[in-house]
Amino acid sequence: MRSRDLGFRLVIGVFAAALLLIVTAIGFELARQSWLSIQKFGFEFWRTSTWDPVAGEFGALPFIWGTLYSSILALVIATPVALGIAVFVSELCPPVLRSPLIFLTELLAAIPSIVYGLWGIFVLVPFVRLLETWTPEALRALPLFSGPPLGVGMLAAGLVLAVMVVPFTSAVAREVLKTVPTTQREAAYALGATRFEAIRAAMFYARTGIVGAIMLGFGRALGETMAVTMVIGNNPQVSLSLFAPQYTMSAVIANEFTEATDELYLSALVEIGLVLFIITLLVNGLSRALIWTMARRVPSKVTA
Amino acid sequence: MNRPLVAVPRPPVTSTPQPEGQLKIDVDHLSFYYGAKRALEDISIKIQPNVVTAFIGPSGCGKSTFLRTLNRMNDIIPGARVEGSVCIDGNDVYGPGVDVVALRRNVGMVFQKSNPFPKSVFENVAYGLRINKMASSRSELAGRVEESLKQAAIWEEVKDRLHESALAMSGGQQQRLCIARALAVRPDILLMDEPASALDPIATQRIEELIYGLKKSYTIVIVTHNMQQAARVSDHTAFFWLGRLVEYGRTEKIFTAPSEKLTEDYLTGRFG
Amino acid sequence: MNSVPTAAPRKILSALFVGACALSVALALVPLAFIMFFVVSQGIQSLNLDFFIHDPRPVGEPGGGMRNAIVGTLMLTGLAAAIAVPIGVVSGVYLSEYRGTRFASAVRFAADTLNGVPSIVIGVFAYGVAVLPFRHFSMLAGGLALGIMMIPLIARTTEELLLLVPNALREGALALGATRAKAVMTVLVPAALPGIITGVVLALARVAGETAPLLFTSFGNPFLSTSLTQPVSSITVQVFTYAISPYEDWHRQAWAGALVLVSIVLICSVAARLATNRVARIRGH
Repeated sequence: MRSRDLGFRLVIGVFAAALLLIVTAIGFELARQSWLSIQKFGFEFWRTSTWDPVAGEFGALPFIWGTLYSSILALVIATPVALGIAVFVSELCPPVLRSPLIFLTELLAAIPSIVYGLWGIFVLVPFVRLLETWTPEALRALPLFSGPPLGVGMLAAGLVLAVMVVPFTSAVAREVLKTVPTTQREAAYALGATRFEAIRAAMFYARTGIVGAIMLGFGRALGETMAVTMVIGNNPQVSLSLFAPQYTMSAVIANEFTEATDELYLSALVEIGLVLFIITLLVNGLSRALIWTMARRVPSKVTA
Repeated sequence: MNRPLVAVPRPPVTSTPQPEGQLKIDVDHLSFYYGAKRALEDISIKIQPNVVTAFIGPSGCGKSTFLRTLNRMNDIIPGARVEGSVCIDGNDVYGPGVDVVALRRNVGMVFQKSNPFPKSVFENVAYGLRINKMASSRSELAGRVEESLKQAAIWEEVKDRLHESALAMSGGQQQRLCIARALAVRPDILLMDEPASALDPIATQRIEELIYGLKKSYTIVIVTHNMQQAARVSDHTAFFWLGRLVEYGRTEKIFTAPSEKLTEDYLTGRFG
Repeated sequence: MNSVPTAAPRKILSALFVGACALSVALALVPLAFIMFFVVSQGIQSLNLDFFIHDPRPVGEPGGGMRNAIVGTLMLTGLAAAIAVPIGVVSGVYLSEYRGTRFASAVRFAADTLNGVPSIVIGVFAYGVAVLPFRHFSMLAGGLALGIMMIPLIARTTEELLLLVPNALREGALALGATRAKAVMTVLVPAALPGIITGVVLALARVAGETAPLLFTSFGNPFLSTSLTQPVSSITVQVFTYAISPYEDWHRQAWAGALVLVSIVLICSVAARLATNRVARIRGH
């Protein structure tokens, strides 16, 4: 019986090992293919902002700038909304509404990103263009709002990313709030707290997990490709302006990979992919660590 | 039936004659429902100021539920409904336009399992003062915190670690901290829901001594499943069973010569 | 009572907060409603029989459709499932059976990590492994990319479902003299099977909607192709190609394709929900 159990464990263990194998293989393969570019350009690659493959110039700064800018913008817009939803569904809403609301937010998460992109191009971008044309002259002078009102650009990208991030952050925040012991809120109420103050006490208790939820949303935004590339304008420039068309790491790979005519070009693109891989690895890892820490916290044991 | 049914040493009864007139808590025909289910049935009870009243009874008899109606903590449960009145200082707390937040400030509560916030000792006690804006300067805040910690007989143990986490203390200390936190907002009434049930005998004794000392300044209602504790600590006792108030009177009488058979059966351990 | 009434600003703040939370819900539902409205209203116009039975026609010619893309998506997801279901389910079994071991923790960590890898990066990996060596795009490469994405999803849902199976079942089997292998394969897995299938369906719906990893693996094909070693069209890539083109007719078809995608997702989500509810009801929850 023992040996058969061992055999069983070995066989299924091999399948499980496939997961480990795949993850390491991805890392290796990316590193291998980007080696040419890494060797040729070194760190300058990430500090140069001219991306002109035809002329042989490969500067990837615009992409990391665009990725970070769009993702942070999405986070700024999405986080309050996501937390508001999480609080509403777990603390404030009538029980009968709870299930339907959760289902609807899950639906938001399930919509394919290409559909977001399609809606982005044909509905959101014209709307953003309208917003941009209406921006008063006084604001236009600021670098944040400078440039022609094209519609496509950082603002549109930030908005569509925000919509995509909300369901993820909200779902995790909701789960995290569920783990806050009721006695924490009761303690606050018993001291004469208003609804807001009691919920604030609960959110303080859950702060680690909530930060984890926010980071998860950040990770999601970093990796998003299709919706972003369809609304961001795909212009490799570093610009502070929300109105300016820019470019992200995932977007440039999506657009130019099949057009990469020589090995160096391809290698440069893969290097961008490698760095994207590493960044999302770190962000997601951190997020999971935070959420796990929160889940592990046992309410203090009452010792004798 | 003159032998005490529960033989426990009691501190000498300091019989301050109860002043006639103003009742602190006057409950009249109170019924409480969770949705369609009735949890409390037609309870009427009058509680004087500055006494300790114990609520006793078997598990699930409604004593905690009733306690929570006194500061409207049951409001946060969906589907909770109340009939009858609960008058504190002459005003029905379930009346129209009552400020529930102010009520809860005035009627403090300590829970069965200590529930300090994941903050420092100081911040825990200061919480109620901060949200109710009861201190106008940092020094006043610190003074009030110290006063409350002294009232809860825990000052000496924490005065050198006010800014360390409250969660690092023992269970008994945490519970006294929660009492200090409740006292900080200067309530008139203190409701205690089995405050020592999760503690060891020594910690329990300290809490009981504390209650005895607080009686001078507060009206205290304590729910307990420990009959000896009720006998030790309270002036009046109310016995609950299946959502009804069965008997209520001076503690010595209840424990030596109860009027109801049900009360006697419970006290002699025939059930519950 | 001797207490001071609660200050108005506190009450107002609390009311504002509650209002803000309700507003957030509305804010999130607005884009959802918008997207669904546009997808349905625009898509329905172009959804006709031609769409399903014809391949794309040159711009200007009427009657073009997305048959090749639909077939492509079906085959790609089938291929992905063929790769991912065995590996995913068996990994899930390992994770639940040998829960506390270090190896299982490492595998779980790998699964969660893989879950978070951007789909475009997985596409790059699949390109390096399945396209470069053979010097052409293929359905296999696309299926591989999608399969890799499905594995961690299936593994985690399988693990969680197996953990939900009451221990009494396992003990009953072992007490009757079954080996661990037999207990797991003949009792536990069948007990968890409805949930596992639901998990697979949801994972399929998820990868059916993926575009990025297919852009340079299965690439695309204007003609119908069922060959494993040739590039193949897919609904998602086709929608992308049409959307960024300048032609009205192709835009309309893109909306139609989007409608098909969203319908797939909706049907799978609702089916999954109903299935889990039914199981819960049967179990007596």
